[in-house]
Amino acid sequence: MEEFIVIMRLDILTKEAQPSPEQMQVYMQRYHDWVGGIAAQDKFVGGTGLSKEGKVLKFNDVMTDGPYAETKESIAGFITIRAKDLEEAVSLAKGCPILKGEGNTVEVRQIVTGHNKV
Amino acid sequence: MQHTTLIPHLFRTEYRKIVSVLCRHFGLQQMEIAEDITSDTFLTAAETWPLKGIPQQPAAWLYHVAKNKTKNYLQRGLLFATKISPDIKNNSAEGYEEEIDLSPQNVNDSQLQMMFAVCHPAISREAQIGLSLRILCGFGIEEIADAFLTSKETVNKRLFRAKEKLKEEKINIELPPPAAMNERLEAVLIIIYLLFNEGYYSVSQNKTLRKDLCLEAMRLCTMLVENESTNKPAVNALLAPMCFHASRFDARISEHGEHILYEEQDAKLWNADLISKGGYFLNRAASGNELSKYHLEAGIAYWNTQKEDTKEKWANILYFYNRLLQIAYSPIAALNRTYALAKVNGKQAGIAAAEQLELTSNHFYFALLGELYTGVDAAKAKEYYEKALVLAKTEADKTAIRKKLDHL
Repeated sequence: MEEFIVIMRLDILTKEAQPSPEQMQVYMQRYHDWVGGIAAQDKFVGGTGLSKEGKVLKFNDVMTDGPYAETKESIAGFITIRAKDLEEAVSLAKGCPILKGEGNTVEVRQIVTGHNKV
Repeated sequence: MQHTTLIPHLFRTEYRKIVSVLCRHFGLQQMEIAEDITSDTFLTAAETWPLKGIPQQPAAWLYHVAKNKTKNYLQRGLLFATKISPDIKNNSAEGYEEEIDLSPQNVNDSQLQMMFAVCHPAISREAQIGLSLRILCGFGIEEIADAFLTSKETVNKRLFRAKEKLKEEKINIELPPPAAMNERLEAVLIIIYLLFNEGYYSVSQNKTLRKDLCLEAMRLCTMLVENESTNKPAVNALLAPMCFHASRFDARISEHGEHILYEEQDAKLWNADLISKGGYFLNRAASGNELSKYHLEAGIAYWNTQKEDTKEKWANILYFYNRLLQIAYSPIAALNRTYALAKVNGKQAGIAAAEQLELTSNHFYFALLGELYTGVDAAKAKEYYEKALVLAKTEADKTAIRKKLDHL
């Protein structure tokens, strides 16, 4: 089994794109249905949500408030999963409910350490 | 009560108290002395009571005899120290004048401290369970063997090794310091949780013993919520589902001693008092931000006290299982989660999720598939139930599966 990170990107800045509390509840329930399905197969390793606040550090001591000004695809959160290969990891990631929203993306990457990097 | 039934009863309730107090007095290095004096006290009762009759206050009688036996033991040590080897400065000379304190307060404190000593992370979980049953719950060697379907020899060996380990690690009988409390408490909660589950779900046919195991687990957990320094949200969160589950004790066993499945239980037999107690502890568990595995189990157990098959019930159970699996995977939680999913999103969704689980050595897995295919594809349902039947280990499980097959 290999480990993969599933990075969820969506627009968390534009006011009109933000869900109401009721919608949010539905989204969270769908999110947990998806993660619960992965965890039920014993393929969930860990995961975390991210605060909307943040700083971006750049070359030459430049610091900005978050990465969002330049993109509508902020990292909203990520989970780590176990799968036998990229193909299986992708099939698990396909169930991610944020994919129901236009413009949102999910990126799947295998976790490799310096030791087993080819 | 006759002495033939009174002594076993007192053994269960008083052995642990006396042994805890004496262990604390002597220290874990001399745990055997504490155990010997306590056992000897009960032996004296068994010999004396049939001849002289049962004393007015049997428990007080036991305390008195235990105190005297301890005094005699210490006196012998003193004699040895002063007469036989006068040069040796022996600590037991001080011990002689010390009174063994069997007041309710000291009994309680000693038991609480013992809980942390026998659940010390330095010793194996298996040893922790054995010692807990023996020292904290006052179970006899035979009862422990019966509960875990093993021999008395194995239990004795296990307990011996566990005690040696306690000595080796020089573990003290004391409450952990506040900074270490949460971590040490976690180990204690795991043992209480295992004791309860062993009683509630075990394969042992001895039903009285199984119920006793559950009640003992609840008693230990209650001691923890009653003490200020151990009354933490996770402790309340563990006590809550135990109350909820225990509310079905009487409803899940028929007059003939057969196991009655949840769906077939008479909800009127569920113990309303225990359900409301569970609710009380669940509320207390909600203080603070912690969301432990026990909180989620409590949430599931709460909804299981609601017999009616509502959408709300199953949506909540599904949510709690989704969260539970993220922090503590177990095959049984995965199967229950899938059942809840089918209740919320329909059988097809349930079947699709179930087929991904691939728990092909687990009879509950095939029983679940059989259940989900019932009413969808009778041939497949039969096929899966038959697979479950082959894998089922206990007679109760087999009977339940055969019933389902008959109803197809």
